[in-house]
Amino acid sequence: MDYHTPSTINEAINLAANAPGSTRFLAGGTDVLVQLRADIFTPDTLIDVKHINGVHDITQNRDGSWRIGIAVTGAEMSEHPSLSEAWPGVVEAMDLVGSTQIQGRATLTGNLCNGSPAADSVPAMIAAGMTATITGPDGSRELAIENIPTGPGKTCLAKGEMITSLTIPARGRHGGDAYLRFIPRTEMDIAVVGVAVNLQLDGDEISQARVALGAVAPTALLVPEAANAIIGTTLDEAALEALANAASAACKPIDDKRGTIKFRTHVAGVLAKRVARLAYTRAKG
Amino acid sequence: MIHVNTKVNGDDAEFLCDTRETLLDVLRERLNLTGVKEGCGTGDCGACSVTMDGRLVCSCLVLAAEAEGKEIGTVEGIANGEDLHPLQQKFIEYAALQCGICTPGILVATKALLEKNPDPTETEVRYWLAGNLCRCTGYDKIIRAVIDTAADMREAS
Repeated sequence: MDYHTPSTINEAINLAANAPGSTRFLAGGTDVLVQLRADIFTPDTLIDVKHINGVHDITQNRDGSWRIGIAVTGAEMSEHPSLSEAWPGVVEAMDLVGSTQIQGRATLTGNLCNGSPAADSVPAMIAAGMTATITGPDGSRELAIENIPTGPGKTCLAKGEMITSLTIPARGRHGGDAYLRFIPRTEMDIAVVGVAVNLQLDGDEISQARVALGAVAPTALLVPEAANAIIGTTLDEAALEALANAASAACKPIDDKRGTIKFRTHVAGVLAKRVARLAYTRAKG
Repeated sequence: MIHVNTKVNGDDAEFLCDTRETLLDVLRERLNLTGVKEGCGTGDCGACSVTMDGRLVCSCLVLAAEAEGKEIGTVEGIANGEDLHPLQQKFIEYAALQCGICTPGILVATKALLEKNPDPTETEVRYWLAGNLCRCTGYDKIIRAVIDTAADMREAS
């Protein structure tokens, strides 16, 4: 295995595009190294992206949106006071990934590119309306997060392409987001179901909303039917019931040791209600 | 082989390693710092906890090559010569260990906690240590030792 530490995006892309055999990008390594050590996957070329300029930065743009560098760790996100204030759901979802030690290394971009359907940060990123800048030998493109995972362990990135930054939209006034997951213990587990809700209020009424589900399908899902169930409402009981039904209806889960199809489908609805209430309370301020 | 220059417990260190070797492998096998333990090797148990530029990490999930230019802290650097760190003294006093395999990682982790938060609640200590598994003690003595050390250190400062 060759190990490279490129100092620019171009250098990283050239390496990835022209390397013979398999390649992997290394940021926090909390998935890549597990696969390496377990002999599940050893790339011929490993490209450590942490020496590229700007990859460790969290910056707020003039329009209020945020740029998250691809090597920013979960711990760095949690420690950032104004990011947590603007997007608590995104920050808390990332913070749920692993232990203190994992938080010291794991990144949002890595959680996305690992392609796990149960990745905690991915539904929160989708609900927030985040986008990724993907750069390859033919230039850059901007994709919504929900379009990046294509199945368990798979993304739409082509050989030579890498995510070069993540963007969170401006929070705007009277907005709130939240993410909750179900696990059978209180810490250090993988989501059985994860739900993220992001909404914007006009007075007491929800003017915009995005609802995303994790661990109930081959990829995290954006569920417009669930969002439509609460848009134009004050999140009254009827709206919450419609939200729960829409969330459950969108589930296409598997049966496994962590949860059955029936359980996951039911819990998605229950959690959607809880998460929507939390996001609504946050939006009220 | 890759040539790596790093700093371990304040001292310059250099070594040659294969690209696939982890920081855990190198600390134990090449630098003879066997206080760092290998438990699961997948980042779940925390026995291999070290600090890298002050940040708590699992050394089994860090490539040795990534240590280039970094400052690594292990359990061997916690005591000041023969003088044990207050956490180490308190762990002995409280019998906060039995087989001892998890102890170096827990000492490194809790030292990092107290540097960040000198007055943690019991809940904060428990969540901070969620990634340090101990199969002997049931954790209570460890938690009490950490909280008591924190109180002593606050008084002393």
